[in-house]
Amino acid sequence: MNFITNPLILVTFFPLVGVLALLFIPADKKNVLRWTTLVASLLTFGLSIWMLTMFNKSNPDLQLGFSLPWIQVAGWNISFAMGVDGLSILLVLLTTFLTPIAILSTWTAVEERVKDFMIFFTLLEMGMLGVFLAQDLFLFYIFWEFTLVPMYFLIGIWGGPRRIYAAIKFFLYTMAGSILMLLAILWLGIYQGTFSVPELITKGGIPGNVQLWLFLAFAAAFAIKVPMWPLHSWLPDAHVEAPTAGSVILAGVLLKMGTYGFLRFNLPMFPEAALKAAPWMALLAVIGIIYGAAVSYAQKDIKKLVAYSSVSHLGFVMLGLFALNAQGIEGGILQMINHGLSTGALFLLVGMVYEQTHTREFSVYGGLWKIMPVYGAVMLIVSLSSMGLPGLNGFIGEFAILLGAFGSKAIGSPWFAGVAAAGVILAAVYILYMFQKIFLGPEGSIVEEVKKHGHALRDLNLREIVTVAPLLVLIFWIGLYPKPFFELIAPAVEKLLMAFPH
Amino acid sequence: MTQIIPLSWYLAVSMLLFSMGALGVLIRRNPLIIFMSIELMLNAANLAFVAFARSFGVPTGQIFVFFVMTVSAAEVAVGLALIIIIFRNKHSIDVDLMNSLKG
Amino acid sequence: MGSSGLFSLVPLIVFLPVAGLLINMIFGGRLSEKTIGAIASAATGLAFVIAVLLGVALWTGSGETVVVPFADWIHIGDLNVAWNFRVDTLSVLMMLVVSGVGTLIHIYAIGYMHEDVRFKHDIPRYRRFFVFMNLFIAMMMILVSGDSYLMLFVGWEGVGLCSFLLIGFWYDMDTLGRPSFANSNAAKKAFITNRIGDFGFLIAGFTMFWWFKSLNFGDVFSMATTIPAGVILFITIFLLVGVAGKSAQIPLFVWLPDAMAGPTPVSALIHAATMVTAGVYLVARSAPLYTLAPQAQTTVALVGGITALFAATIAVGQYDIKKVLAYSTISQLGFMVAAVGMGAFVAGMFHLVTHAFFKALLFLSAGSVILGMERGHHHLAHQEGHGSPESADREHRQQELSDSGHLEEVFDPGDMRNMGGLRKQMPVTFWLYLIGALALAGIFPLAGFWSKDEILADAFQKFPAVYWLLTIAAFLTAFYMGRQVWMVFFGKPRHAVAEKAEESPKVITVPLMVLAALAILGGALNLPGIHTLTSWLEHTIAGVEAGEFNFLVAGLSTGLALLAIFLSWLLYERQPLAEGQKDPLKKLLGPVFTVFERKYWVDEFYWAVFVNRYVDIARFLANVIDGRFWHDFVHEKVIAGTYNWLSRTVLDLGVDRHFIDAIANGLGELTKRISTSLRRLQNGFVRSYALAVLLGVVVIVGYLLLK
Repeated sequence: MNFITNPLILVTFFPLVGVLALLFIPADKKNVLRWTTLVASLLTFGLSIWMLTMFNKSNPDLQLGFSLPWIQVAGWNISFAMGVDGLSILLVLLTTFLTPIAILSTWTAVEERVKDFMIFFTLLEMGMLGVFLAQDLFLFYIFWEFTLVPMYFLIGIWGGPRRIYAAIKFFLYTMAGSILMLLAILWLGIYQGTFSVPELITKGGIPGNVQLWLFLAFAAAFAIKVPMWPLHSWLPDAHVEAPTAGSVILAGVLLKMGTYGFLRFNLPMFPEAALKAAPWMALLAVIGIIYGAAVSYAQKDIKKLVAYSSVSHLGFVMLGLFALNAQGIEGGILQMINHGLSTGALFLLVGMVYEQTHTREFSVYGGLWKIMPVYGAVMLIVSLSSMGLPGLNGFIGEFAILLGAFGSKAIGSPWFAGVAAAGVILAAVYILYMFQKIFLGPEGSIVEEVKKHGHALRDLNLREIVTVAPLLVLIFWIGLYPKPFFELIAPAVEKLLMAFPH
Repeated sequence: MTQIIPLSWYLAVSMLLFSMGALGVLIRRNPLIIFMSIELMLNAANLAFVAFARSFGVPTGQIFVFFVMTVSAAEVAVGLALIIIIFRNKHSIDVDLMNSLKG
Repeated sequence: MGSSGLFSLVPLIVFLPVAGLLINMIFGGRLSEKTIGAIASAATGLAFVIAVLLGVALWTGSGETVVVPFADWIHIGDLNVAWNFRVDTLSVLMMLVVSGVGTLIHIYAIGYMHEDVRFKHDIPRYRRFFVFMNLFIAMMMILVSGDSYLMLFVGWEGVGLCSFLLIGFWYDMDTLGRPSFANSNAAKKAFITNRIGDFGFLIAGFTMFWWFKSLNFGDVFSMATTIPAGVILFITIFLLVGVAGKSAQIPLFVWLPDAMAGPTPVSALIHAATMVTAGVYLVARSAPLYTLAPQAQTTVALVGGITALFAATIAVGQYDIKKVLAYSTISQLGFMVAAVGMGAFVAGMFHLVTHAFFKALLFLSAGSVILGMERGHHHLAHQEGHGSPESADREHRQQELSDSGHLEEVFDPGDMRNMGGLRKQMPVTFWLYLIGALALAGIFPLAGFWSKDEILADAFQKFPAVYWLLTIAAFLTAFYMGRQVWMVFFGKPRHAVAEKAEESPKVITVPLMVLAALAILGGALNLPGIHTLTSWLEHTIAGVEAGEFNFLVAGLSTGLALLAIFLSWLLYERQPLAEGQKDPLKKLLGPVFTVFERKYWVDEFYWAVFVNRYVDIARFLANVIDGRFWHDFVHEKVIAGTYNWLSRTVLDLGVDRHFIDAIANGLGELTKRISTSLRRLQNGFVRSYALAVLLGVVVIVGYLLLK
């Protein structure tokens, strides 16, 4: 196998080519920098599509992968192993898909230190792709930690007024969880004699109580990343302070690294512990759903509302994953994508109006639909997708999750899903509140305020429409015809479920 | 018949040259002069090498001289470049002004 | 084309309206208002044609259910939901009502919205209205034609969305056109209340899936008898929650009166004729389940009966012409729900159809009345404006005032207390309204008489308690309709505007005439003895039997209706209401009337018990739990604070400075002293270093020589 032309290697490390190109461009040539980054990220997306064409969707195993001996010291068996399967392919595509969109959104929003921004952003993309593709715990851990660095700088340099605080909080929270995971990884590597994920899964044989500890150690890292209630405290701060593109990627992809971690490591490697933990995880997920929904309703800042809604949405994903049946897990995976699309789009849209108004307080908004009809329509569709209206993507995911959780033997009681379904009502409450306060009702004071500065609020321009249009297409596509997506997921999930009694 | 100049004569000249060079390095302030003095010291050594090689009939010393010449040429190039940079920063090349590592 | 070929046309009933809305959405900017309206109406009209063709195919064929596969949708594990169309007598009946009444209302709306957008000074919004209306028709068609509970749910939520968009159509004002959040609040309320119902629907759906492993109507109904009765009861009760939400039954009816904030065609189409009847359709559709759960049937019937009476009493005390009709709609929906709850599915569906005719008629006529009043108002303002330079100046000033605040005296064109004597100004509308009102009151031989009596007869037989609830409700119905007609069209105008009111143009009145004809003749659908509708529906709903015509029941209800009309005449026409006079019933009933007028304070109750509490809880969670506890206390104080304390106080000051530092400092001090003396050597002059080197060499060489 030729290492260099391996599609996974190309997809993961192509962003580095972009970084290399960026290094040679003078820092004051902002548009050249932007275009270069955009082209590089589009090429990465192209490569990931190429990878998709080679992907055999009926094969439940890891594909297109390779494993090279890497660090073989003192009995440690670390390999440079990558692979893609139904659990991760959609997330890889989501990453390569959202990155160009996020970059497009920075066109006029980021004017300072464009070069650094673009370099960090591209590095971030590489890190995320590595996380989703690595099949060796050690390699995974490296990528996992690597993503922290560019994100730290993205928040800390280009963020809002409390950016330093938010960046450090983001960094430390995630780091704290990762330490426990590192310990668990070392235990596995030493006692099982390998760091390779597929080998660890087939090997199994970890005694029950040890499984539980390992499960918890991994869960600590992932639950903070998701974030699961009550470890969500870093998220609103990070989101509010992060620049728009950072929020998009944070909500769209970085949070999914947590849920993906559960799916890739916790469930197949520690099935017994996962079964035991399922009701508890479901409980936390349901609390998160209701709590996130209620708290976001009480926010005065648009971005904060969207941030807390993520807590609620990710609660749905977790509930689905720990339903441990086909509907729940497939719904959960799809919901990760859905959340990436719709919440990513929400952050984009909020950023677009913020660029014009420089405020995110609900109280000054109102009646914008009349002034910005296209923006209003797009926001409406995205909001409805976020609250799970049938025909749009959110519904498919939420419905499958709730259906799965309702009848899940692992969770053991339909009450969880019942209460979570009430979260659907609360979602309508906060989403409609947001939509109403921005777009409906009489004109808010911001309209005059903006006029005072000599320019009226304008509707979306062509670049902005191009930025959100692909998201809208997918929102409708998944909502109306989710079959191709489920076809990619299903075999891998079935294989995963074989570890659990049915 | 040519008369062979005894080895000690060469060594005396070499010593003289070296002493002049060493004195120059120690007391002059102009780095260009210091460089010339260093050249003197190097050439004193070269002279000694050649003299010994001749007297013992082995070519090693002569070969060594070539090395010394090459290295000294390189050293002068680097040194002159440094001097130019220093001049740019301090508008002077007085070595007494260069008593700290900070540029 | 054979009848089977006709069935394959069924997707068009969804896609024609979709095509209409796409055309209007994409090209509408360049089209005239007439064209936009015509495209939207044509799309709906063509859907009606398709529905008729389907009906013909069923009529001429065996009449049995035909399932037309269309597309795959969700397939996960054993969950397999396809988008299939179900063509049977029940769904085709609904399609006919939706698209038929829908088409008429679309045509009416061409005229209505033309004026409405001008009164509200936002002409570009005209197009949006028809886009939303077509979207509604498409969603409603998905609802009635879906072959599974999930597809039904898709339409169910879809119509909820359209309802939200259309109630909030004038989202930047209140019903009187003042800048406000009122209309959008009404829209939000409707959506959220409906979502509560949808929650019930979802729970029912999940239970259904895990017991039946399918959500298709065919599978569910054929397996229903093999499932424990408790499960069926659970499912049907939770479906009832959905029904209560969508069909505005107790306790979720509160959104419907507020929904009148939408333009009148919307009230007529969505909030009277079609969407709100979706709940009735759902129960009728789930007949095989409900018949297995008698307790659920009882509950449904009681909910319907109580709602019918409850809403009728509120309608008696309302002054807004549309609010009366709104509560009347809730009440009539109660009739239908009670009917389908009792197992009188045909009677319920029959009333659904006739109600669609006469209630649409009533709403649209009320719209015509409101427009007439608006025109009068417009004229009046216009006349004043041109009276003298002084008054022109005054108007100008008023304009300024109304721009800056809302100091202008607001005129409510929908308040019946401002009307009176309109039959002279608007004769056509008057006659149409009268037909509608009589049909609703259940006067022989109009449509309402037949359908209502069928329900009453069934109730009399099956469920006496509900029968009495419904009979009283029917009495009140006749009373409040009488009150309304006397107040609006008779007596003397009570406001200058009412004198200036004008009749509406043909585009508005002609669709009304068609509806009036239907309201008169609609009873023919299921005349006693012929039972066309019963034999039509028995292909779909097993075990329906034709109710017997009960002369006692019919006589009693007609008698009561006539009595009620007489009473209303006594109160409201013998001594017509004067300007500013209190409602005569208020004198008579005193505080009871106030209770009706204030709608039993249900809104206030919900507001205090649920809405405010939720807001409090949300604030508490956000500010106290999340803000002060998690963020400020746990994160800042406990985690960050402890770390800082450890690092600064304990480690830095305590351990580091006093212990480790002491050692380190001691060593450092020593080093420093030594180095101070040594530092003199290090003077930075190359020369000194070179001298040192030279001296060193001399010493070494000297040593070597002297050794």
